[in-house]
Amino acid sequence: MQPVSREFKIHSSKALLDEKLSAALARTQDGFGGQRAAAVEALPEFQKIRERALRIKNHTLEHLDYYLEKFEREVQAAGGHVHWARTPEEGRKIILDLCEQAEARTVIKGKSMVSEEMALNPALEASDIEVVETDLGEYIIQLAKEPPSHIIAPAIHKTREQITELFSENHAQYGLTEPVTEVADIVHEARTVLREKFINADVGITGANFLVAESGSTVLVTNEGNGDLSSTLPKMHIITAGLEKVVPTFDDLSTMLRLLARSATGQEFSVYTSVFTGPKRNTDQDGPEELHIVLLDNGRTEMLGNEFREMLRCIRCGSCLNHCPVYGSVGGHAYGWVYSGPMGSVLTPLMVGLGEAADLPNACTLNGRCEEVCPMSIPLPRMLRALRVRQFEEKLVGSRVRASLGAWTWLATKPRLYQAVTGLGMKMLARLGRKNGSIRSLPLAGGWTQARDLPAPEGETFMQAWARQNRNRGARQ
Amino acid sequence: MSSRDSIFADLRKSLGRTESLGADKVAELQQRSDVAREDERPQVSGDLIERFVVKLTAGAGTVTRVRDASEVPRAVEQYLEEHQLPPKMVAASNGLVGSIRWPDGFQVEHRPASRDDRVSVTGAIAAVAETGTIVVSSDNESPTTLNFLPDDHIAVIETGQLRTHLEDVWSALREADEMPRAVNFISGPSKTADVEQTLALGAHGPRRLHVIMVG
Ligand code: SF4
Repeated sequence: MQPVSREFKIHSSKALLDEKLSAALARTQDGFGGQRAAAVEALPEFQKIRERALRIKNHTLEHLDYYLEKFEREVQAAGGHVHWARTPEEGRKIILDLCEQAEARTVIKGKSMVSEEMALNPALEASDIEVVETDLGEYIIQLAKEPPSHIIAPAIHKTREQITELFSENHAQYGLTEPVTEVADIVHEARTVLREKFINADVGITGANFLVAESGSTVLVTNEGNGDLSSTLPKMHIITAGLEKVVPTFDDLSTMLRLLARSATGQEFSVYTSVFTGPKRNTDQDGPEELHIVLLDNGRTEMLGNEFREMLRCIRCGSCLNHCPVYGSVGGHAYGWVYSGPMGSVLTPLMVGLGEAADLPNACTLNGRCEEVCPMSIPLPRMLRALRVRQFEEKLVGSRVRASLGAWTWLATKPRLYQAVTGLGMKMLARLGRKNGSIRSLPLAGGWTQARDLPAPEGETFMQAWARQNRNRGARQ
Repeated sequence: MSSRDSIFADLRKSLGRTESLGADKVAELQQRSDVAREDERPQVSGDLIERFVVKLTAGAGTVTRVRDASEVPRAVEQYLEEHQLPPKMVAASNGLVGSIRWPDGFQVEHRPASRDDRVSVTGAIAAVAETGTIVVSSDNESPTTLNFLPDDHIAVIETGQLRTHLEDVWSALREADEMPRAVNFISGPSKTADVEQTLALGAHGPRRLHVIMVG
């Protein structure tokens, strides 16, 4: 999709007024958050596993060229093909060419965030190829013509009533006459219609949760089994993945798998973990004739060399979204691109440009929950701060903010003056709030006091209180 | 410069190198073996079978235990009766499943599954107690569609195939000449919670997973 992250303020303001969205977000955060906590609680070894995962991924990134070459060699030895895409455009081109080769009319897709990065669906549709998303959540938002609002639960912002309506509108062509209102019926309806699509599709496109260098395998984790049908029934299977997804061996994979489902949904293990190596063998009776793996860079090689390298450890579990108060208030769409929440606020500026997504690094309270719950121990708050610094350096910050920051810096680097001015300020604030202990409105801070009162300070700055205590202590001794 | 070459050049630049790793380093990486220590894996204590059953049923799978292979047809029959299914199945033709002598009146075909097949029967190459998972791999006698298209998937495993951890499955797979096209780790029936976080079974894959455990 085209990034609309510039409009974060507009979209988040709207989202804050949307009660249905608030309810859906609360349900998701409570659900996923609670289940994750229980799963972590039930596994005493969790910390050790997390430390090991960190070690594995750091080792892999340090030798990423080696492991990617190894992966490529093994894929080829198993009869598959690896394609390299520097940009989303290159990725789209590779996949369009492959679909053309396969004379594809219908493509079925398993959920793939990298294909979202590539904005693949509109490109395929523009070439007269029917694209059908098969993950139920992705299918729902495809019907609604919306982008995903959560990396692992793309349709969490949709209520059951809205889904019922979408099905009524779109499934009449398949013979649906009555509205489907119960969850089980909705699932059954999607299953029935998508079954036909699976059977008739020419190409299946899925993502990959991991790539295993040891054997040239790709690993796909799902609960629905849609990825397995997408990868088994059509004659061509195309896998899209970011090039950071590689792990050296299956033993490393085990560690990652132990963290992924627990962090994502609180499951110990997802229903399906599938390891694909090469296309159908001569003796096999089913499976794709051709297997193509498209590895996307899109800023990743650059991240490897700067202060954002650790972001490449991300396994897209969604845990940071589920624990972020900002995501929990505004939802995924406000972020304006493919990724949302804390990981999205780091990735979006790095992938589409800081100028396109200037608000995102600032949409953060720096409460640190995301880093705490990140299975890969990614210092998301530090990265968001680094992006703010970059923003300032690249002059992407408005002149008013720059001027006030400049004034503050001038003042803060002169300790005596600073203390005098803040001391005066404190006294004034204390006097302003003397009556009710709080201040209802404050010049220059209207944005802050509009929604809440400022608790009035006691009248002393920290330095003054410190000095007073020291004096008292001295007097006592 | 091809995209591939330019990506590798960028990778190396970011890693502070100009060339691929030297022979010594490559040899060292080839030797690397980093298997999770005991305290870096979920502890699996007590009876493996019990653990497997607890975990699989927690994921909405069902299990019946039988004493030996001769009792498998009866267990299948019971399952079909219980769910009012006709004795008509597609099945793998390898291992224990391939050698089952089905009772009269059973229609069992050995082929990939197609849209209208209701019930499939497969074996497994292993089962994992840690996670309550069966591991089914593709080969000419066990097409992958059997694991995904039918509404009911019955898997027959022997207690001797039970492994403690995921790691134990990889070591078994490495012993074979080559990786199969697909190795499917299956921990229950297909499910989704994409509608209002409400769990529903049978999203795209089987609505039910039933394991018959022999021994
Ligand atoms: S940043 Fe961490 S918590 Fe967030 S999606 Fe990535 S791995 Fe999960």
